[in-house]
Amino acid sequence: MARAVSTRRTAAFTIAAWIVALIIFFPILYTIITSFKSETEAIQGFSLIPSGTVESYVDVQTQKDYFKPFMNSVILSVGSTLLALLISVPAAWSMAFSPTKKTKDVLMWMLSTKMMPAVAVLVPIYLIFRDFGLLDSRLGLTFMLTMINLPIVIWMLYTYFREIPGEILEAARMDGASLWGEIIYVLTPMAVPGIASTMLLNIILAWNEAFWTIRLTTTNAAPLTAFIASFSSPQGLFWAKLSAASTLAIAPILIMGWFSQKQLVRGLTFGAVK
Amino acid sequence: MNLKTFLLGTCSAVVIAGFAQAETLTIATVNNGDMVRMQGLTDDFTKANPDIQLEWVTLEENVLRERVTTDIATKGGQYDVLTIGTYEVPIWAKQGWLLPLDNLGADYDVDDLLPAIRSGLTVDGKLYAAPFYGESSFIMYRKDLMEKAGLTMPDAPTWEFIGEAARKMTDRTADISGICLRGKAGWGENMAFLTATSNAFGARWFDENWKPQFDQPEWKNTLDMYVKLMNDAGPQGASSNGFNENLALFQQGKCGMWIDATVAASFVTNPKDSTVADKVGFALAPDTGLGKRGNWLWAWSLGVPAGTQKAEAAQKFVSWATSKHYLDLVAEKEGWANVPPGTRSSLYANPEYQKAAPFAKMTLDSINAADPTKPTVKPVPYVGVQFVAIPEFQGLGTTVGQLFSAALAGQMSVDDALAQAQQVTTREMTRGGYIK
Repeated sequence: MARAVSTRRTAAFTIAAWIVALIIFFPILYTIITSFKSETEAIQGFSLIPSGTVESYVDVQTQKDYFKPFMNSVILSVGSTLLALLISVPAAWSMAFSPTKKTKDVLMWMLSTKMMPAVAVLVPIYLIFRDFGLLDSRLGLTFMLTMINLPIVIWMLYTYFREIPGEILEAARMDGASLWGEIIYVLTPMAVPGIASTMLLNIILAWNEAFWTIRLTTTNAAPLTAFIASFSSPQGLFWAKLSAASTLAIAPILIMGWFSQKQLVRGLTFGAVK
Repeated sequence: MNLKTFLLGTCSAVVIAGFAQAETLTIATVNNGDMVRMQGLTDDFTKANPDIQLEWVTLEENVLRERVTTDIATKGGQYDVLTIGTYEVPIWAKQGWLLPLDNLGADYDVDDLLPAIRSGLTVDGKLYAAPFYGESSFIMYRKDLMEKAGLTMPDAPTWEFIGEAARKMTDRTADISGICLRGKAGWGENMAFLTATSNAFGARWFDENWKPQFDQPEWKNTLDMYVKLMNDAGPQGASSNGFNENLALFQQGKCGMWIDATVAASFVTNPKDSTVADKVGFALAPDTGLGKRGNWLWAWSLGVPAGTQKAEAAQKFVSWATSKHYLDLVAEKEGWANVPPGTRSSLYANPEYQKAAPFAKMTLDSINAADPTKPTVKPVPYVGVQFVAIPEFQGLGTTVGQLFSAALAGQMSVDDALAQAQQVTTREMTRGGYIK
């Protein structure tokens, strides 16, 4: 009897999980479906069955170059992630293992910068970029993406590092490990799942960032977010083309997420159960 | 060869290479059909000007406006040519953000530009943007449904006739709405239509002292007529319909009439996309006998920002893209029906264009009937037919548009929408220093 109940409960949870997953995934699924419709079909109303035309993909490919924005997206997301890790690993280490009275305040302050609406600092940031010649440059945008994601990266790493027993680091120190040796050879290998999932999450955040990547670029550094934005039209039907452009833009990150989901889930639940 | 000669030679080569290096123009634009077509035809320009390369930044209209405004106000210098509308030109020219176009070349023939369009882009006697394509608004209607309703569309109908025709043409069982009008909130969406329509009803946004006029009977008549007509003869969910949604409905044969931009004429008569291509007739936007028609005036135009380092090359490009030669080029490559409309008198005098575009005469008449400097029956302190050319209008127009869209959706009464519009507009105009 107990077994039957537990099976039923498992089935119920499985169905519930599938429903939740479908609800979350549905906008992406509908975008993909719409990309295989004609423009008239796309605007006609809700329908899950497309005619299967690929004319939108052909139009998107003939109208715009995909490769350059794609490469920009790769460079910006990977570059900003590596730079963020370089700064955040030592920062999280010091906060996790040598906390001071103000550590919590510093962490909260860092997080509070994420609460400010980006548009509030648009003009000052634009002026700084202009004066340093960073407008429409990959370097400037990599730095910007690093800065906006840094609070989340430090917070995540801090949480993971806190799960690592300090005694192990002490033992390493007693064995004569230097500060960097301790971070590189002892701490980092133990925190690999956490660091990996932080990296993946940061790549996804940087890949999808659309406010700054559209506003600080024109042609040279414009990534896939600008590629998508270019297909919206005030006079003329565009939903199918926009969906095709979106599908092309999210495909690489979806595939990456698919292959790394085990790592991602392991990292995100790291330390959840003691 | 000694070292001195070698260094001299190298330096010369570097200098020559520097001079020979092509200048790159960055052009900001929107993704409209005519703009996309132009991007495909730029070989003609770069062949004639091998020292100029073109790079395009295409963005959604509102993002483009915000992006370009930020750049131009901070003198970021990211763009050399801008796609802007008749709303921005007078405001930006007065701010000193645009360069006057005084170097368009000897054969440009600036006098060939349609006077109404040209006057909308001219400030203090100087042209600040060149029109790439111009539009007014007019009625597109189904000739077969009009005949079935037992009516004949006059060339210049009244709102009374349009109301009667829309109700007669409506056939809910066949999913046909008598009339499709914009309902989606936005200063360039429902407020473009409603502001232009209100002109025909004798309404105005502000009196000569910038006092908002939504508490006057003219606005009530406008909004009452619009909401009642749309409830009786409009499509379902009209409050979320903009240009594109109505275009799709009309092309699928679900609208008896559609009052919108003249540029839509080439879409609805194109048999490739439209199921009713051979059944469409055109008429001037309706009036109420007060002397003004509800037809707007807009031109997507090319301007050169004051911050550019490449003003000469930029003007060269603007001149090419808005020239008679460009119209001929499009006609040669893609046919006369695809030529960007509404900018030059010579195009409308061309018999080949008249043959290919059955809507040509009505488009020209509509453009000529709009006067942005005297848009209303009563005097006003502003220019602009479907907008008020002040910087505050974008925000105000969208807020009022949301109220009117809510009235159309039945979420508030017409009286409440007008009262709130009056309140919001008075507050903003006082804050802006217009009302002392």
